[in-house]
Amino acid sequence: MTPHLEITDQPINVAAALAAVQTDAAGAVNAFIGTVRNQSGGRPVRRLHYESYDSMALTQLGHVVAQAYEKWPMLQEVAVVHRKGTLALGDVAVVVAVATPHRAESFAACQFIIDTLKQVVTIWKREEYEDGTEWVAAHP
Amino acid sequence: MSLKVSLFGITRDIVGTSVIELPAPAPATVGELLAEMRKQYPALGELRSCAVAVNNEYASLDQPLHTVDEIALIPPVAGG
Repeated sequence: MTPHLEITDQPINVAAALAAVQTDAAGAVNAFIGTVRNQSGGRPVRRLHYESYDSMALTQLGHVVAQAYEKWPMLQEVAVVHRKGTLALGDVAVVVAVATPHRAESFAACQFIIDTLKQVVTIWKREEYEDGTEWVAAHP
Repeated sequence: MSLKVSLFGITRDIVGTSVIELPAPAPATVGELLAEMRKQYPALGELRSCAVAVNNEYASLDQPLHTVDEIALIPPVAGG
């Protein structure tokens, strides 16, 4: 039940993340796959740069997953893989995969993990446009 | 006592380096550190938020700082 948590500068292998949560105790595997979109607030995006404070990101990710295990004691396996570095349109930026006995908890736990990750995990996103770049969410 | 503060994302762009060393007498608490950094770099005050991490955990304003601590400014995160 040790979660698979990873921050990588290599392309994410979604199948490997799904395999990491495989267990005979689970009847449901739920995955969220975040990908690079071609626009942000109507502004065309050319590519993204993710920067990570790795040691803290992994620490905080561990807290998030621990909270998920508290909220859903039936949660079996969890894998979270986040990409860093430069990503092209369509690239996979993050995968969250969870395995639970039944489907309702798998949807809920997966959503909780990705939503909370976005709030606390120390990863930053810089969007590159035709005419410049911007750190996402930095300013009010 | 001096402190080293790691900078990421937009805070690194604002300060212009990935690690800044604050010479003695360095700020004694997280709150003093933020106040000092905002004084030196007013653009930090324009961010939506700027937290401080001590040893990989989010720190409260009254948390004391020590030379051995791993300290970082944490601008608004945007993972996922």
